[in-house]
Amino acid sequence: MTPWVQSNVMALSRRGWLLPPQFPSMATGYGRVGKLRMVKADPQNRSADDLRRSAQMAAAQAGDRAAYEALLRDCVPLIKVIAARQGIPPDHIDDVVQDVLLTIHRARQTYDPARSFTGWLRIIAERRAIDLLRRLGRQRAREIHSPLAFESYADEGSDPTRSGRAAAAANRVHTVLAQLPERQREAVELLVLQEQSLAEAAIATRRSKGALKVNLHRALKGLRGMFAEKD
Amino acid sequence: MSSTSHDQLIHGLAADLKPVNRLRRPVLRALTWLAVVGAIALALAAFANDNAMWERITAAPDLWLAVVGSTGTAIFAAIAAFELSLPDAPRAWALLPLPVAIVWIAASGLGCLRTWIAPQTHVATLGEARDCLIFIVALSVPLSALLFMMLRRAYPLNLGLTAAMGGLAVAAAAATLLNFFHPYDAAATDLAVHAVAVAIVIAANSALASRIFRTALPPADVTAGGVGTN
Repeated sequence: MTPWVQSNVMALSRRGWLLPPQFPSMATGYGRVGKLRMVKADPQNRSADDLRRSAQMAAAQAGDRAAYEALLRDCVPLIKVIAARQGIPPDHIDDVVQDVLLTIHRARQTYDPARSFTGWLRIIAERRAIDLLRRLGRQRAREIHSPLAFESYADEGSDPTRSGRAAAAANRVHTVLAQLPERQREAVELLVLQEQSLAEAAIATRRSKGALKVNLHRALKGLRGMFAEKD
Repeated sequence: MSSTSHDQLIHGLAADLKPVNRLRRPVLRALTWLAVVGAIALALAAFANDNAMWERITAAPDLWLAVVGSTGTAIFAAIAAFELSLPDAPRAWALLPLPVAIVWIAASGLGCLRTWIAPQTHVATLGEARDCLIFIVALSVPLSALLFMMLRRAYPLNLGLTAAMGGLAVAAAAATLLNFFHPYDAAATDLAVHAVAVAIVIAANSALASRIFRTALPPADVTAGGVGTN
């Protein structure tokens, strides 16, 4: 197929004039009948598939789980075709499918069985596909896809001198902590280094939460002074 | 994501399925809301000086045209909002209140020339105009609450447009009801305040659209007897 023919086929397909042969009922419904009026579909003009789906949806509205499950499974390939026709990238088509299935579930009380189910589904799927395209557009405007930059970014953890520096810093902290009064040192060890809650530390030390807060506050003030002196 | 995840979702949705009340036609639901507005109008009429209001409105063509415009805007914007609340509704429904809204704006706009055409008329002071703003905004709160409670029962995909139409319906209804307590001739300052009030109501409704419509609300369950009408 030449590019010219291919582009025209795609354009016709986007307008809904070329529909997949496996979904002839997609041409029926009210979607293209009028801009303002949603005309009720004439049962004479509706395909057997569409009438079956309408009946399944009506049964689902009454609480028939088996009919509902069968209907949703039947919808998946239709949604995929509609999403692809809207220009959704292949790796995002499943996102549209899930969005549409959730929308059908939440909006099922709005469906009128006198109307074409396939037409109702098609409009919802088209709108969900457009929503996704907008989301992707916003995402691309904000984020940069650069796998090479990610791969070449240096891992800080791979620095061989890092463990030595960390050990020196830990020694320094322990030396300074040893100079604190016992109650203040205990408060720092439990609340900061061991990340215990105030309640846990209060049980462990048999002190009130208020007393622990005061101890911690004084300890941090003292530590700031000691580090300032050393620097 | 794969067919397995679709299967899981479908299975979960089917397991979650409960019978639902099918929604009535949008026009009927809009008429229900408009009936409440009508009941409020009757209640206000009991306290207002209806003869004075009637004399004022019929005194000049722009005044009754403005009332017809605001009433029509409330009716058609409410119908448009209920239509747009359906997930498959064409966006063209938003054009429905446009002609009457133009009549409302144009007739109200003539009031800007009032002090020039008829200098002896009583024009609202800034303080009186402020009362109009408070009336429109205050009445819009319960009307918006009722309208959006009804709109939420559908599942709109055009959140902003649906909310804006709802806001327009509410603001137009409040502006119509204001006529019961509006013993002034419309002038530029008064109209500017009305425009600000309408804009506040529409903007507030549009800004809150996603919170109003996307707060979890399961479809209405049926107690017994299968699907009925709602």
